[in-house]
Amino acid sequence: MDFELSDDQEALQEVVRKLCAGAFPMATIRSLEDRGGVERDLWRRLADAGVFSLHLPESAGGAGLGSCESVLVFEELGRALVPGPLVWTHLAAGIVDGAATGELVVGGVERRGPPGRRTPLVVEHLAALDRLLVLDEAGVWEVDSAAVAGEPVQHPLDPLTPVHVAQELPGGRQVAGPDTAAAWRLEGAALTSALLVGLAGAVVDTAVSYAKERRQFERPIGSFQAVKHLLADMLVRAEVARAAVYAAGAHLDDPGIGDVHRAIAGAKLMAGDAALANGKACIQVHGGMGFTWEVDAHLYVKRARVLDTIFGPVDAQAEAMAELI
Amino acid sequence: MNLRYSESEERFRGELREWLDRVLPTVGPPPAIDDWPGRRAYDTAWQRMLFEAGFAGISWPKELGGRGASPAEQLVFLEETERAHAPYVGVNFVGLLHAGPTLIAEATSEQRSRYLSPILRGDEVWCQGFSEPGAGSDLAALRTRAVRDGDDYVVSGQKIWTSHAEVADFCELLVRTDPDAPKHRGISWLIMPMDSSGLEVRPLRTIYGSSEFSEMFLDEVRIPVANRVGAENDGWRVAMVTFSFERGTALVSELLQTMELLESLVEIARSTGTEGARPWDDAGIRRELGHLAADLDALWSLTKRNVTQASRTGVPGVGGSVFKLHYSEVRHRLGDLALRILGRASLSFDDVGGARSGDQVHGWVHAISLSIAAGTSQIQRNILGERVLGLPRER
Repeated sequence: MDFELSDDQEALQEVVRKLCAGAFPMATIRSLEDRGGVERDLWRRLADAGVFSLHLPESAGGAGLGSCESVLVFEELGRALVPGPLVWTHLAAGIVDGAATGELVVGGVERRGPPGRRTPLVVEHLAALDRLLVLDEAGVWEVDSAAVAGEPVQHPLDPLTPVHVAQELPGGRQVAGPDTAAAWRLEGAALTSALLVGLAGAVVDTAVSYAKERRQFERPIGSFQAVKHLLADMLVRAEVARAAVYAAGAHLDDPGIGDVHRAIAGAKLMAGDAALANGKACIQVHGGMGFTWEVDAHLYVKRARVLDTIFGPVDAQAEAMAELI
Repeated sequence: MNLRYSESEERFRGELREWLDRVLPTVGPPPAIDDWPGRRAYDTAWQRMLFEAGFAGISWPKELGGRGASPAEQLVFLEETERAHAPYVGVNFVGLLHAGPTLIAEATSEQRSRYLSPILRGDEVWCQGFSEPGAGSDLAALRTRAVRDGDDYVVSGQKIWTSHAEVADFCELLVRTDPDAPKHRGISWLIMPMDSSGLEVRPLRTIYGSSEFSEMFLDEVRIPVANRVGAENDGWRVAMVTFSFERGTALVSELLQTMELLESLVEIARSTGTEGARPWDDAGIRRELGHLAADLDALWSLTKRNVTQASRTGVPGVGGSVFKLHYSEVRHRLGDLALRILGRASLSFDDVGGARSGDQVHGWVHAISLSIAAGTSQIQRNILGERVLGLPRER
């Protein structure tokens, strides 16, 4: 038992951190707001760095890595607030040609419940997609994203995640069966948790540096226990959730160590909670400035909300956990 | 990042499991919660059994009579003893987990050879005399005074929250030896025999209704200078050596116990209810139960990260404060939810209507102590804010 990063894993984390610092500084992220959150050249850079082909065998041009590693990579992408259908394109690699290499931007949507009783589908990044995947109980379906009759939403919650509303989806071509769909649900939840825990950690750093430099009553606001305790609680949420998310990665790599469904449901729940609560607390620490568009704090909590709704929101995962006790 | 136990860790598990299966049937049920002589006899007898089987002082170094187990093996030990419902460390807590490790780190070889082995054998029980009525969260403000008189210190003052004082043989005592020095620099760490004259122990009744700890009144108690551990006036540092430990692994067996408490609560929620409605049929209640399970699982994963860090660096990290803070909060939520599920069965510490409701009611009270004992949640937040996040101190 050795539940910390290996030297190789630390090196991988460092590589992704550098990639994000180089390709996705906050100025770039904010500029993507006018370009639907996805920019082809940057998408290619992610692909070239291997972000979408982590699990593919080396013979297929991938890195042959496990889920412990992909969780670390996605945590860094979350920390840097990198937008786009990262998880879907990663899942699609190996099934949809061009996903792994970044030639195609592949998005997706989960379809739940019986036909006719489905609520309108909210599809992320539709305008930027080359392919749309639909995940349901029966399998994975590939849909021509251009043929989806969807209305763009004028004011998406997350300015970096534009959404369309579609009443129904065109019939697609089945690209994988129910087993793959089930595996995707687990892996998708694990990687989304990793993005969420990255967000949860990023806002701790942001809020702490602000609390050290912002002065009121002739002293840094971080010296006041009322503020300090908010920040300590943020740290606790991020650290506890991170342990759960790393455990989810370890369970995917070695299902023999325990209940993988429980590990992943717990991770998604803890990470979703941590990212949402920390995102709000970060705004609170920033006070009135945190409520302005110009300060980045709102982008984190909005992204957390987007990510909480996919691959099982907090309430659904809590119900799933209850059944597994 | 690997959660799988190694072959040698699994071998250790097998050996321990085999021994537990063999000896536990010979161990009777624990005595009543307020039967202190009975509890001492029960807990020390179990400690003696562990000692004879080579499982005492699992983390203590081999050359001092311990097992020298790795942190991962310590986790295996806690997992297996909890799984088998073996007795808890009980009255041996201070000796094994606090005073003992302090002596290992700071005592002279004479002191170690006098005191360590009787702790491992279950022959001697220790208690802790740190807090005072005027020195709680601000422990370094303690005022119990020790004045040198020849080969003795003459000690007067008052201590509080001393667990197991009625049945202890020795007390790890913090005293003020230099009232003129800055508060952290005038403290010394002494070993006080509990049969010293001038020492009076008065049990304190807690909100359980029983006596979990005592007050100690010291009136010119003579303690030999030879009983001082570490240098005179260096007692604060000596005490801090093992403080982070108290906040770290000490709660691990409790965490495993809490997972069982949650399972038991799920059983109650599924099987009881008034007027035909089971609490389990309420989606809100189910979600809260599921949420608690996720929190407990995450704390267990965090424990494994903490343990790995401890074995890589040799010292417990800040993970202990993170753990304690979140664990206390989870226990509060679990306790509150349990009482709502129990309804009016929560009006009794004893089981009501055939359900194991008493454990849940005790758990609710226990949560209240968890966010206070060994550093309140507010103090833990200060520690995290100042020592981990680097925020400036208040004032």
